[in-house]
Amino acid sequence: MLGLNKKDTSLLIIVAILTLLAPFILNPFPAGSAMAQFNAGYPDLMQRFVIFGIFAIGFNILFGLTGYLSFGHAAFLGVGSYSAVWMFKLLSYNVIPAIALSVVVAGLFSLLIGYVSLRRSGIYFSILTLAFAQMSFALAYSVLSNPKFNLTNGETGLQVYADDPQILQGANSPDLPHLFGLPMRSTYTLEVGAWSFDFNAGYYLCAVIMMAVFYLAIRIFRSPFGMMLRAVKSNQQRMNYTGLNSKPYTLAAFVISGMYAGLAGGLMAAMDPLAGAERMQWTASGEVVLMTILGGTGTLIGPVLGAGFIKYFENIFSKINDNVLHGWFSFLPDGMEDAMVFIVHPFIGKGWHLTLGILFMLVVIFLPGGLVEGGQRLLNWVRGRRSGADDKTAGKTEPAE
Amino acid sequence: MGILEVKDVGKRFGGLQALSDVNLSVKENTVHAIIGPNGAGKSTLLNCLVGKLIPDSGSVMFDGQSVLGRAPFEINQMGISRVFQTPEIFGDLTVMENMLIPIFAKRDGAFRMHAYETVANEKGIVEQAEQMLEEMNMADKRHMHAAALSRGDKRRLEIGMCLSQQPRLLLLDEPTAGMARADTNNTIDLLKQINEERDITITIIEHDMHVVFSLANRITVLAQGTPLVEDDPQNIRGNPKVREAYLGESA
Repeated sequence: MLGLNKKDTSLLIIVAILTLLAPFILNPFPAGSAMAQFNAGYPDLMQRFVIFGIFAIGFNILFGLTGYLSFGHAAFLGVGSYSAVWMFKLLSYNVIPAIALSVVVAGLFSLLIGYVSLRRSGIYFSILTLAFAQMSFALAYSVLSNPKFNLTNGETGLQVYADDPQILQGANSPDLPHLFGLPMRSTYTLEVGAWSFDFNAGYYLCAVIMMAVFYLAIRIFRSPFGMMLRAVKSNQQRMNYTGLNSKPYTLAAFVISGMYAGLAGGLMAAMDPLAGAERMQWTASGEVVLMTILGGTGTLIGPVLGAGFIKYFENIFSKINDNVLHGWFSFLPDGMEDAMVFIVHPFIGKGWHLTLGILFMLVVIFLPGGLVEGGQRLLNWVRGRRSGADDKTAGKTEPAE
Repeated sequence: MGILEVKDVGKRFGGLQALSDVNLSVKENTVHAIIGPNGAGKSTLLNCLVGKLIPDSGSVMFDGQSVLGRAPFEINQMGISRVFQTPEIFGDLTVMENMLIPIFAKRDGAFRMHAYETVANEKGIVEQAEQMLEEMNMADKRHMHAAALSRGDKRRLEIGMCLSQQPRLLLLDEPTAGMARADTNNTIDLLKQINEERDITITIIEHDMHVVFSLANRITVLAQGTPLVEDDPQNIRGNPKVREAYLGESA
């Protein structure tokens, strides 16, 4: 189907089903129950899942296929956001031109940065991209924000004001981001017994776009172009002596992944019409690296899983506070309860990065192929058990790829 | 006039004159061996032929066109393929993909953004790659990762990748270094067959005299960066100057 083989088609269908039914899947616990804090099915978080999924899918096209580790991809995300907000300010709150411009601008910006950075490879390439991203951050934070020429609105962040031109804004169109009149914020809540499920317009726009770009990523992975990108990672020497010029290949991969990042940035602004410089900071660039590695570098679904994993734990762990902990450990004697809360305390709330760090270490050490490898091992283990006791080693000897 | 004409080539690295006044003429459809003791400048000369190094002086003409100043991928497109001392293949890719890449490169040139086509749909190219694997006796290994191949198979694959591009000149840098005797003999047979059946000119740098004398029909002896003598194999064997410079007691 759609020019894909059977395996890729079923992967695409699974992803489609999961994203479309996400409001149900992510809200397994009744609204009022004690477990409700583990629900992730609220619009804001679901939007972030798919937006960061797009970001990581794009990053994986560069890092997973060519092996070039960029530490500056947040710059493209930020540029995408700024472009989108400028479209809101100048044209109207319709998200289509905003998203289109964010992709184009991020593409041009990544062409420039990629052209310079790709003169070097390995660690030097990473440092160059990091330097560029930090320069972009500095530009956005202060340099391009002065009374004479205010492109980014500095610390406050770029937002839409009442006196902005908005030349295409109709008299009746909503005063917040919308898709031809359908506000991104509009949410239909379905109540089933004690459960409640949110269906948000913005989420579904992001989800449809993510499926489209995921499909595109599969096509790239399976194309001769994708094979050449893997050849870049494998052996550039042989590539050059085979009549291939590796430079344009890496640059093309860089620009494509930059455009994915720009798209993610544009969607972020479309969900919430505000763009701040902190989106371009190096921590944001590092986050997408973590997502890709955690999920499984060079695999199709890995980056999406990694993005979902990190965003879920970021939200859930950071919401847990000492009161919640006391609730959990209340069955213990008083002294023990306080001791447990004391031990767990550094890993929750603002300390959730500590948890993330430990999880990341465990994955890198025990599952170098990321969550995808974990899933495959689990699958092999289950298959090995099912195939019976007569050949117990079958599951073990299969190499996990 | 040979297919490859090297005239007065010199190359200096700091205080070391690696090559001086190198003249070499490789005739079409011959197997031309370049031999010489360690440090004679064989590898430097080879690197000057494929664009990795640019000589300080002299000229290198391939089929009437200068190769100097061209990037390795451009020189490959002119019809020169190179086989390395340690096989350079795409280790992370499957054997089949290794064979597909040079065929794509031959058809599409240095860069083409075929991002929306699938590899499997390129039937003509897949067929060519399969045929080449068949000829290299590697069809049964097509789904293996190339890194998992034995040394001899890696060498076969690399040579096959070069042949799939139908080069006019094949350059080999000690292709049998570190190989078992059986693998060495297989490689000799393969190269002979390539030269005779495909009309591909071969230039080979080699230490192993067994390989040199079973393959070459012309030999250039390099010593201290300059050609000592160029002659037919039987004359090289008997040449006292060569004995002194290189063959020593073993000859």
